[in-house]
Order: sequence, then C-alpha cells, then structure tokens
Amino acid sequence: MFAEIWQRLTDWHPWDTWIVITAALTAMACSLPGLWLVLRKQSMMGDALSHTALPGVVVSFLAVTAARSLGWITEDQLDMGTQIALMLGAVLMGIVTTLLTEWLQKLAGIDGGASLGVVFTGLFAIGLVLIRTMADDLDLDPDCVLFGQLESIVWRTWSIAGWEVPQATVLTAVMLGLNGLLTVLFFKELRLASFDAELATTQGINARTVHYLHMALTAATVTAAFQSVGSILVIALLVVPAVTALQLSWRLRHVVVLTLLIAAISAGMGHVLAKVAPPLICGPLGWPAVQDASTSGMVCVAAGLGFVAALLLGPRGVVWNAWSRTVLAMRIADEDLLGQLYRVEESTATGDATAGVSWLVLLRLRWLELVQRDTAGRIVLTESGQTRARDIVRRHRLWEAYMQKHFALPDDHLHDTAHRVEHYIDPALLEALDAELETPATDPHGKRIPG
Amino acid sequence: MSDDHPHWSPLSLHDMTVAYQRRPVIWDIDYKAQPGRLVAIVGPNGAGKSTLIKASLDLIPKVAGGVRFFGELYASQRHRVAYVPQRTNVDWDFPVTALDVVAMGLYRQIGWFWPVTRKWKQKALESLEKVGMVDMARRQISQLSGGQQQRVFLARALAQGADLYLMDEPFAGVDAATERAIVELLRQLRAEGKTALVVHHDLQTVTDYFDDVLMMNMRLIASGPVSEVFTPENLKKTYGGKLGILDQVGLRLAGQGPTP
Repeated sequence: MFAEIWQRLTDWHPWDTWIVITAALTAMACSLPGLWLVLRKQSMMGDALSHTALPGVVVSFLAVTAARSLGWITEDQLDMGTQIALMLGAVLMGIVTTLLTEWLQKLAGIDGGASLGVVFTGLFAIGLVLIRTMADDLDLDPDCVLFGQLESIVWRTWSIAGWEVPQATVLTAVMLGLNGLLTVLFFKELRLASFDAELATTQGINARTVHYLHMALTAATVTAAFQSVGSILVIALLVVPAVTALQLSWRLRHVVVLTLLIAAISAGMGHVLAKVAPPLICGPLGWPAVQDASTSGMVCVAAGLGFVAALLLGPRGVVWNAWSRTVLAMRIADEDLLGQLYRVEESTATGDATAGVSWLVLLRLRWLELVQRDTAGRIVLTESGQTRARDIVRRHRLWEAYMQKHFALPDDHLHDTAHRVEHYIDPALLEALDAELETPATDPHGKRIPG
Repeated sequence: MSDDHPHWSPLSLHDMTVAYQRRPVIWDIDYKAQPGRLVAIVGPNGAGKSTLIKASLDLIPKVAGGVRFFGELYASQRHRVAYVPQRTNVDWDFPVTALDVVAMGLYRQIGWFWPVTRKWKQKALESLEKVGMVDMARRQISQLSGGQQQRVFLARALAQGADLYLMDEPFAGVDAATERAIVELLRQLRAEGKTALVVHHDLQTVTDYFDDVLMMNMRLIASGPVSEVFTPENLKKTYGGKLGILDQVGLRLAGQGPTP
C-alpha cells in the first residue's frame, strides 16, 4: 500500500503544481475576508454571499455572450471580458444581498438570520433556474458551479512571460493581492469597525460603509474562487482557517498571519490527500474503482482536520488542559508531602509522614533530591527539600493568620482551606500577605511561621 | 439659530424626536447642557436615555430636530466629543488587548492608513494609568472583570482628549472600587473644565455624584441643577409609568394602531 502511495505521489505533473498553487491562492484569498466575517460574527453572510453570487455569475455570462454575438467584443477579448463581467456581477450581487437583507429586516421586522435566509435562498434559486433555462447559451456546468473543479483549471490559460498560467490562478492571485493590501492598509480601521462599530462611526470611520465594502469584496473573492472550489465549499475556505487561527492566538496580527498559513497548508495537504486518500481508504472498504477524489473537497477536509487538531492541541485545547492539570496535581502532591515532612521534623514527633503517599511521589521527590533516607531508613528532607518545605508551610500558616483576621471562623476551620489555598500563593501574593499581617511570628494555632 | 444652539453649550438639542420604525421613542427634546458640569441622565427602562445619546451622535437617525456640539455640527466637532458605549455593546472575546482597545480612542488622531506606533501606545498607556489599569495593558480583554472592562472603556474615552464625554451606563454592573474610580475620574474631568453626560440608574447616588440632572421618560420631564430639579414630584413624573395617550399616538404613527 505504501508503495502505491509513494508511486502516486511521485507521479507529480506540472499541472499538479498549478493545482496546488491555485488552491493555495484561492484559500488564502478567501480566508482574509472570511476572518473579518468571523470576527464580526457574520459567518453566515459568507454562506449567503457564496450562494447569491450564482445569479450574478449567470447574468454576467449571458451579458458577455450577448456582447460577443452583437460584435461588441472580439473572440480574443472574450476570456478577459468574462472575468471582468464576473467581478462586476459579484460586487453588484454582494451589495444587493446586503441591502435586501437590511430592507427585509427593517420593513418586515424580521430578525437578521431569517431575512438572510429568505434573501439568499431566493436569489440562489433564481440562479439555478437561470442556469437550467439558459443551458444552451451558457458554457456553465451546474456541478462545476456547486462543487468546483480545480482539476479543470489547466484547460483555460493565459500566456504570461512565456508561461501558460491558468486563468483561475491569475484571478485568485489578484484577489489575494487586493485583499492582502486592503487588510494591511486598513488594518486598524477594520479592527475598530469590527470590534466597536459605534465608536468607529463616531471617530469618522463609517462602519456601514466599511460593511458594504467588505461585503462587495467578499462577493468578488467568492466569485473568483467559484471555478476552483465551487459555491458550497468556498464557505469552508472563508470560515475554517480563521476559526482555526483564533484557537491558536489572541493577538489579531498573529491571527491574520496564521489564517493565511493555515489556508495555504490546507490547500497543499488537500491536493496530496486527493491523490493519495482514495486507494488508502476506498480500497480496503471494497471500492477499488474509486481512484480519485476532488481536490477542492479534500482541501476543505484538510482545513477541517486542521481545525480539529487546533481544538485538541491548541493553547486552549483539550490536550494542553489535561497536561496543565496533571502538572498541577503533581505539584500539589509534592508540596503536600514536603509540608507534612516539615511538620514531623519540626515537632520532633515520630510520625510517618509518608503513610498513604504514592510511591510515584516519593520516587519523584528523591529524584529531585528533595528527600532522602536517613540512617534509620526513614524519609527525611534534604537541605533543598527543607527550603521548599519551609516556603510551603509559610504560605499555609500565613493564610491561616489572614483568614483568622478577616473571617469570622473558629480556628479549627482554618486548616482545610489553607491546605487548598497554599498551592496557589505565588511570591508576590505571599509578600502582600506578609505586609498586610505585619509579619506575624505565629499562626492562629501558635505554631511558628517560618521566615 | 444661535439662541437654540449657543456656542457655550457643549450639547444643545432643539426639538429632537427619534423613532424606531416610525414609532417615536423620544419626543421633542429641548435641552442645553451647561459647560463644566457632571450631568446625570435618569429615567426608567425604555425611557430613551441611550437613544438620546446615540441620536445626538448620528448613530441612529432622527425624525426631526437639531443637535449641535459647542454650537456646531457634530461632523466638525468629533475631536471634542468622546462616547463611552454600554459595555455589553461589544464582543469581549475579540482578539485584542486592553492596550489595543484604549489605542482605538486615538485612531482619529493617528489618521487613516497609519499604524499604531510606539508614540501612540505610550499615550494609550498614560490613559490606562489614569484609571489604574496599567498592569492589565497586555491582557486579552476577555480576561478582565466587568469593572476592569468598564475602566478600559473609560481610558479609551480619556485617550480621545475630548471636552464633552457621553457615557452610557458606566456604573452598570461594576464593583465598588471601579465605581469610586469612575467618580474620581468624573470629578477630575470637571476640575479640568470638561463636561460629562452620564446615563445613570442608581437614584441614591445622583445627589452625591452629579451637579445637574436630566430627567426623561420618552419626553423631557425636567433638567437643571440636582438641588432644584431632583424633586420627589419630578421623580414621580419620570417613573410614574408611560403616558397612555403618548404611547397610543406613537403606535398609530407606526401604523400599528387604529386610525380614524
């Protein structure tokens, strides 16, 4: 099986490179307006725009075809004319969608989500009807529109400096450049308008204008991505990289960079998956006939897997949480034993502080050279162990003194709370406690507070 | 015109009416703020207090009436007016630090395109210092308590260096320490000759904290010095429920009630 995978990977054609480049450019171009959608809690708007772009695409195609038959543009200008018409149609549809949604909201008093649902399904349906009825005049395949066909982009190329560059590649590169430029230039304005639209408006950055521009640009980007990934999968490219990046960082600058990186990596991984996954998964399942998967679909799968990984492994992820809980539990066990040993040695009593303590804790503390066996074979503190233990007991007893001063509690209630709290008092807090209590000599039980 | 909107008044409203979906929520407000005073805006829920502020700042459209800041249109006076929205207005999970939020108050001064350089961050830090939050500057805003978030908002308004402050319920849901800090700040602003209009809910503290009061319930009930205006009689008018007929007319204007 690995031999087959290896063989499939080494069977790399120039068009594979173009596909990866285009997929990466498309994913990155979409992820930027997508990030602002996510930040503004308008991810559904991306869904809507990717659907309402469809009638825009159809009408643009029809317009260009009509212009061609009327002789307004020549055959050579057809491709370029189509792309320009597509962009104009997209921007128009983006603004129409936004305005219609707002009007419905205002005039009919329907909430935002519902009016969006009405508008975008309606416009999408119009687009589908147009495709079916105009099928003869249109060089447009509904399947391709819905799911995209990255593999077919190599069929339409432009010659640029001796290279046969797929048109879709140029188009998405232009969109990425535009989105990147706008994000860099208006970073601070976008941040303010997304975080606090009212303040932005009072500062002279009209949040409504920003909103319309953002929607128009999203629609244009989505349309550019149409040929590569289709109108359904593009939603994943808008939203998933941004959501993943937000799992990983709190700093908006870092989030922007991470979003782009994640989008690009998902694209590369997606194409490799599309080449490799079918025999790997479908073969054993008994469908040897399945030899290929769509790259655009796999890009979205890769992005989704990336999100799951971030959810599990990210700084706020499940794995990290479990790890930090384990570290804390270990520290508490260590400190409890050290404190116990200190108390035994302090009172010169002959108790066994290690009763019921896990051998793991003992082993760890011996390894850290905090405890040792004395000549009688008992576990005692080493010199560094004593320093640590003194600190722990100091925290415990200072907290008891603090509680006695501020809580109306009998003295026998103090120990249990202090036993819990002692592990969470850092040096700064310890100093504050000491200062507040004016360096007491003893705790409420009359025991000496070690200094 | 200048009688309605004198230059000495930081905020003058002349016959201002604001409606949501054609149903008026505040009717014909005439008001001139006195300069260098702390003014409480009081009234029951739904009285239109936030609406009054937002409509003054052109954040929501007016049906009728004029608003001037220092006798001029708002567009020319933006730099002299700072707005502190309700804390619940924004998403506190947004990936920015306290310092980033305060620096937002400086964006108009920084200008379009220009990044927030060290010089501006220093200014933002100075504002955070004034509200006792300098230690929290690098914290992500979701890690702040409600009171601390409110102080960040105040620091942002301070950074704007305005002459008039419009604050929407800064005292809502804050701890006692923050409440004291806000009062201290308001007094300092007044000492510098600045004016603050504050939507306020706690009637107990109006006399302690404020010089003037604006009492409203869909219409202006009374305005002026607390000692003269903040009377049991006016309170009763303000909090005595909606005016039935006013409400009915409002409904009809919105096309929801019976019409002759």
